[in-house]
Amino acid sequence: MVSLAAVETASAGAAVSVRSVSHGFDLESGPLPVLEDVRLDIRPGEFVAFLGPSGCGKSTLLRLVAGLDHPKQGEIRADGLPVAGPDPSRVVVFQDPTLYPWRTVWRNVALGLEARGLLRQESARVDAALRLVGLQDFAQAYPHQLSGGMAQRASLARALVNDPKILILDEPLGKLDSLTRLAMQTELIELWRRSGFTALLVTHDVEEAFFLAQRVIVFSPRPARILREFRNDAPYPRRRGDPALAEQRRAALAELGLDASW
Amino acid sequence: MSSSDLAGPVAPPEGGGASLWRALASGEEARGWLWASAALLGWAVLAAASFGLPDKTVGFVEPLYARQTSVGFILWALALIGVAGVSTVHAGLRRRFLRAAPWLTVLAAFFVFWEIATAKTGTLPTPFFSPPNSLVEVYLEDHARLIDSLSNSMRLLAVGFLWGAVLGFVTGVSIGWSQVLGYWVHPVLRFLGPVPSTALMPLAFFFFPSSFSAAVFLIALATWFPVTVLTWSGVAGVDKAYYDVARTLGASQRFLILKVAIPAALPNVFVGLFMGLSASFSVLVAAEMMGVKSGLGWYLQWAQGWAAYANMYGALIVMALVFSGLITLLFAVRDRALAWQKGVVRW
Repeated sequence: MVSLAAVETASAGAAVSVRSVSHGFDLESGPLPVLEDVRLDIRPGEFVAFLGPSGCGKSTLLRLVAGLDHPKQGEIRADGLPVAGPDPSRVVVFQDPTLYPWRTVWRNVALGLEARGLLRQESARVDAALRLVGLQDFAQAYPHQLSGGMAQRASLARALVNDPKILILDEPLGKLDSLTRLAMQTELIELWRRSGFTALLVTHDVEEAFFLAQRVIVFSPRPARILREFRNDAPYPRRRGDPALAEQRRAALAELGLDASW
Repeated sequence: MSSSDLAGPVAPPEGGGASLWRALASGEEARGWLWASAALLGWAVLAAASFGLPDKTVGFVEPLYARQTSVGFILWALALIGVAGVSTVHAGLRRRFLRAAPWLTVLAAFFVFWEIATAKTGTLPTPFFSPPNSLVEVYLEDHARLIDSLSNSMRLLAVGFLWGAVLGFVTGVSIGWSQVLGYWVHPVLRFLGPVPSTALMPLAFFFFPSSFSAAVFLIALATWFPVTVLTWSGVAGVDKAYYDVARTLGASQRFLILKVAIPAALPNVFVGLFMGLSASFSVLVAAEMMGVKSGLGWYLQWAQGWAAYANMYGALIVMALVFSGLITLLFAVRDRALAWQKGVVRW
């Protein structure tokens, strides 16, 4: 992998501040509260993981941070400015790679630059992003020719080419096989350490959360409240077998009521 | 497992199996040559029968162009023998020739039956059934009128289909994207769309200043409906996640429509165009039979009026070739535009 540094501009991460955010959906059967008074401050460049039961509202929180939806109550600020809508400085990587099947990998990665009219001047960044995720040889392939792991790498490259201040990761490794997932966790950490963006990761995988993040936030079942925060100051690169990580994982599982099998 | 399964395009196995594979492959090729021989024999029989057997005279006129037709059959048979000869040394031609051989055989059998049953014995009565030589007569004697009819048809079809396709595409994208437009257009689409264009024909010929413009309207309408519906469903069915991705990357509304919604809907659009094109053929022919005083539909009607059935068959064959060619062209465009898709249907 080659560094994006050659084409990198100042890419320190942004601070995120979630201020008493409550959110819900109006269904036909009545209002469905999803988030309840979530308060959270994230430092620039921090790696934070959101852990919680399935369907609790973690992903909704990410959509709010991304600006794809607006909170019913409260406010979200990125670097002190209110989040009013989607912005290329806050890029989402979804669970599905959602590559456009009609575009080659290169053109998929170029999407953000093209949308902002920067592609002509900065097409070198696309090549750099593809090298960064090791897909330089697949630039002209179509998505259906890629494996699941490669497709998710391409979608990472599509996010990173925009040089985001905040990378929002909505279970990005959730559908990969376990071996590919382990490899990509390491790659993700490498990318984060090199680029310095703020990373918000939603995951179901307790081990993944503690292996990757500096702070793990455990949410309650819907409507999601913050149950507990775990700080994890272990230096990178981390070791999966670290007993301190194991102890934290046990504590987090206990918080979720799932420690009976520990 | 049947022998045909074994003879399929399997990779040659290693070592001792290779000779078995060769035997199977050559078995398939031997079968191909058997068909090829049958085809050559069939066309030779046709040429001989056409040239050697006397024609049955119906009415008072000698059959026209019978000699020329026989010569044509002989030349065709000789050409096939030539192709077969070259095939023994040219692998590419051999593959294509052997692949076509069963069809060539069946066609030869059909032509022999046709020639014998019409020109030679008159078992199938004239004028309802025409011998091959009268088709030759039609193409040689009446080609000016046929070409003129064809070009008139093509002009009408092109104008009508293009209007219908463009308007259908624009309508489909608009109502797929804008709820306000959808509110207004959807009921019209539901009410008018299913009415066959041919049913509006009397009305159209009454209201429009010329029969040409009326026919353009009808063809455009027949094309518009399927293109609109399919484009609309294509745009409405685009995975919402595609929009989320583009929006977080800073895409404008314009970008979302042009670079996300439309490419994603394109496979559907082509289904609509295919349906629209098929519909436009039938409206074209009907309009030419009813009001437009030119074109292939008019030619059919005219030939029928004169009981010139050979001319009808001749025009029908031209029509089949041209319409099939247009569908082929549309599929070729589709295959280019949707090269990214896998598993597309080959036409």
